[in-house]
Amino acid sequence: MTAVAAPEIKPTTAVAIEAVPAQAAKAKVSIERATIDAAAAGPVLLFFTTAIGWLLLSTVFGFITSVKLHHPGFLADCSWLTYGRIAPAYNLTLTYGWASLAGMGVGIWLMSRLCRVSIRYPGFLVFGALLWNLGLVIGILCILAGKTSGIEGMEIPRAAAAIMFLGYVLVGLWGAILYRFRRKSPVYISVWYLLGAFFWFPWLFGVAQLLNGLPQLQGVMQSVVAAWYSQSILVLWFTAIGLAAAYYLIPKVVNTPIYSYNLATIGFWTFALFGGLTAMVRLSGGPIPAWLATVSIAASLMMLVPIATVTTNLIFTMRGHTQMVYYSPTIRFTYFGTVAFAVASVVGILTSLRSVDSIVHFTQFQAAQHQLVIYAFFSMIMFGAIYYITPRLVGCEWLSSTLIKLHFWGAAYGGGVLIAMLAFSGLAAGLAMIDPEATFTQVIGIGQVYLAGHTLAIGFVAIAHIIFALHFLLMLLRIGQPGGAPTLFAVPGEEKH
Amino acid sequence: MSRSSYLFAGIFGSFAISCFALVLVPQVQLGGLQPQVDEDAGDVYPVYNPRKGREVYASEGCFYCHSQQIRDPQNGLDIERGWGARRTVARDYIYKNPTFLGNMRLGPDLTDVGTKEWRNEDINDPRKPARRDAAWHYLHLYQPTVIVHESNMPPYRYLFETRKISGQRSVDALNVATKDGYEIVPKAEARQLVAYLLSLDSTHPLKEVKGALAPAK
Repeated sequence: MTAVAAPEIKPTTAVAIEAVPAQAAKAKVSIERATIDAAAAGPVLLFFTTAIGWLLLSTVFGFITSVKLHHPGFLADCSWLTYGRIAPAYNLTLTYGWASLAGMGVGIWLMSRLCRVSIRYPGFLVFGALLWNLGLVIGILCILAGKTSGIEGMEIPRAAAAIMFLGYVLVGLWGAILYRFRRKSPVYISVWYLLGAFFWFPWLFGVAQLLNGLPQLQGVMQSVVAAWYSQSILVLWFTAIGLAAAYYLIPKVVNTPIYSYNLATIGFWTFALFGGLTAMVRLSGGPIPAWLATVSIAASLMMLVPIATVTTNLIFTMRGHTQMVYYSPTIRFTYFGTVAFAVASVVGILTSLRSVDSIVHFTQFQAAQHQLVIYAFFSMIMFGAIYYITPRLVGCEWLSSTLIKLHFWGAAYGGGVLIAMLAFSGLAAGLAMIDPEATFTQVIGIGQVYLAGHTLAIGFVAIAHIIFALHFLLMLLRIGQPGGAPTLFAVPGEEKH
Repeated sequence: MSRSSYLFAGIFGSFAISCFALVLVPQVQLGGLQPQVDEDAGDVYPVYNPRKGREVYASEGCFYCHSQQIRDPQNGLDIERGWGARRTVARDYIYKNPTFLGNMRLGPDLTDVGTKEWRNEDINDPRKPARRDAAWHYLHLYQPTVIVHESNMPPYRYLFETRKISGQRSVDALNVATKDGYEIVPKAEARQLVAYLLSLDSTHPLKEVKGALAPAK
């Protein structure tokens, strides 16, 4: 350092000497990142491991559920596996097992990285993850045994939900603490979404559970609260975490700053404002005051603003780097998820319109929309994030790009066909439903045509998930490529990672 | 205010707006709904449905395939299909807990399945039973395809038991083939469930629903 001040140094040497502090700074950042990752490794890997365990279980439940849709006699004599129990078990393991745990793991890691703070006392996060898992295991067992609240979307009995809530509180608290002790300002876009998600989730979960326990909440109001909860959790919890991850991964991996901070700001605030108001579309046409559905339809239309700005921002950040989709697993999954986000959102806006809703309302189209959000958008981005984060926590790279490729194609094609089959089934049944000539039995028969394809698609998805889980297991056992350069699908012409 | 305070205020504010508009205001509007009392005729509507049967309905997850809401004609053909006499409104549900409104119709709507008029067939279909009584429901629960050949409903054989006939055959014994000297009878859950189904009737006129004073013929 002192040498720089010496006037007689020749220009060439000066360049060389200037490079040294730059390298030193770079090394310092690497060391800082490594320290942060080392502190996060325990809890984040636990989140990922349990999430993937639930993903496998939910795939099994999903397969059984889907077979029952066209062969109702399948496993019908076992009360634990009857359609009315296994269907919610499938949904809950997918959303609260896989998606929420993966989201929490990714969220905590992102928070720690973006605030440049090492996690202190990671044991509390581990405890939180274990509590959440415990509550969920109890909840799922209760539902399979027939002990359900009977409220769709909130089936988990209150005691089990309380255990999950306690587990979450530790996670949310740790997220808040990381933010409080951040060493980087101003905060990055992903942190806005994460703070939102970490704050919104406990309020939604807590308020909905609490209200449904109150005797004052009678009749239809229960359904209103349940619809408000189920929809808001999709938007303000899953979508928020998914977008936080996309906003981090895309610029990071393609190595460019985000296209526009102004767009990001508009996108975030309109998302926060309108996202929480879209819920009553779920009860549109039902026995609720008409104004309630109207508010939500208006809010859904306004969601066009955040959808357009967020998608534009992410896609424009990729501009000039789209070839990364061929090289980088993280980008391929994340890009897929980003496009799915746009598709899911536009479909959501269209179906909020009364004329469309009255056709698709009670059909499998709703299941298709749910899968679009939870699987094609959220889960795909989580897969991308896990492919990015895990090597940084275990110290080696993914063993095989072929396995990642197989996972991607299974999940993308399988997931795509799964959603398409549900959507076709819903549309066909919905159109028949408004045809006075068709009897209801015929309506169901028309919708059922596509459901064998749905089962086949879940089969593909299952293969993808098994490959992913095995690959992840190898990472936990530190069996992989030596650390340093990421495992890519192909060697890019120009290294950008 | 610092940037962080704006961020927190916004995150909190957006949630508060959502909570206010979609939960608090509707609760103020609907929370005080009372049953409709007709003092001349001396009847009160709605009334409670059998609690035990409602629990079986929940625990078997019937509501994942069967809705319990009748929409008005501009939103679908619910009434034309014979599922109900009029659209249902918030007051119909004040004693229903949970409401089982349902999001999916993989089976017919059951709001009024306890009424004599309820049908899922074409109005001229000879297969429509005179009344879907307890015996009909037991058989249908035990083996739906016996009654509706194309049915996609799973059988609920585990709600029934096969037992040795002692003395007289039970009145509830199902009319299906089984081992000699044995009969198939509904367990308590099946009885409770069917009692609940037979109690489902939201055809009672309500003053807030216009054009629905006469029940469907």
